[in-house]
Amino acid sequence: MSFVTESDISLSASSGAAPADYLALLKPRVMSLVVFTALAGLLLAPHPVHPVLGAISLLAIAVGAGASGALNMWYDADIDRLMARTANRPIPAGRLSGGEALAFGLVLSCFSVVTLGLAANFLAAALLAFTIFYYVVVYTMWLKRSTPQNIVIGGAAGALPPMVGYAAATGSISLSSLVLFAIIFIWTPPHFWSLALVKSGDYGRAGIPMMPNVKGADHTRLEILLYALVLAPLGVAPWLLGFAGPAYAAVAIVGGAGMIFGCAAVYRNRTGDLARKTAMRNFGFSILYLFALFATLVAERIFAIFSGAGL
Amino acid sequence: MISQNFIVKPLTAEQQKRRSQRNIAIGLAVAALVAIFYAMTLVKLGSNVFVRPD
Repeated sequence: MSFVTESDISLSASSGAAPADYLALLKPRVMSLVVFTALAGLLLAPHPVHPVLGAISLLAIAVGAGASGALNMWYDADIDRLMARTANRPIPAGRLSGGEALAFGLVLSCFSVVTLGLAANFLAAALLAFTIFYYVVVYTMWLKRSTPQNIVIGGAAGALPPMVGYAAATGSISLSSLVLFAIIFIWTPPHFWSLALVKSGDYGRAGIPMMPNVKGADHTRLEILLYALVLAPLGVAPWLLGFAGPAYAAVAIVGGAGMIFGCAAVYRNRTGDLARKTAMRNFGFSILYLFALFATLVAERIFAIFSGAGL
Repeated sequence: MISQNFIVKPLTAEQQKRRSQRNIAIGLAVAALVAIFYAMTLVKLGSNVFVRPD
């Protein structure tokens, strides 16, 4: 009797992933919004930050956000393959292994936090580390699969970048950066639930307890409208508090009215193709609204810095 | 005693192309990191960058 067995094990010497697959792990569209909101926080600082250190800080924040996206895709690969919207992501599509995504996300997380700490300060680095932890552990691993309030509480992770940007420039936290945090925090539910209304079948298949799946579409529509009623005046707060100018006020008032109008339309149109179209239009408008708010804030601050004038 | 023969499959042309692309991307990322830390050091040192010990 022999205990010797021979088995041939085939090894693939190389992963089949292309650089574009790694880039897709970073969720580039989310990254671009993070860069933008962090830039607004950076520019709110009373004294302009050195442009090179500011650019490196922004890059570190963007990479940190991308790293949390990669870790999110690593953990959520099992449910991503069940949903049409996410089935073509690199891991469920089989272009990249979970281990590769995990390693990529962890390495980028460490590099981004350390780089921000060295380029700016350790409060900013700690806030960035907390943002990554909150998005990956609190939102992705815990809340997302356990409560319909997942994106409400988890929205804090997406709202933190302006505070990280402000902390990078000043080493502190201020009322102005907290207001920007609050705007994104309150914006997240009507934005995300508009999409969830249309994709509730997807979420249901994946077993994610999104608001429309748990409390029903009508309750979600009511909450979308209520959040918009809070969001519109909150959007004007930067002007009322004196850290944004009249151009921002105009955009915030018109955009806020647009958000209330769009969310009211979602509340009214409840059936058929019209309901779907209205919800998707509101989802798209909500992105435009947030982008317009922060773009105007950024443009005003840049104008003020170059002209040497106040707002 | 257990012995195993590990057979490494040769890469296909597509896999070789992707590996080469990944290597270039990693090279560029490392070069960018060097440039970033070099620039950061110069900015942090400011005019002290010209101070040299006698």
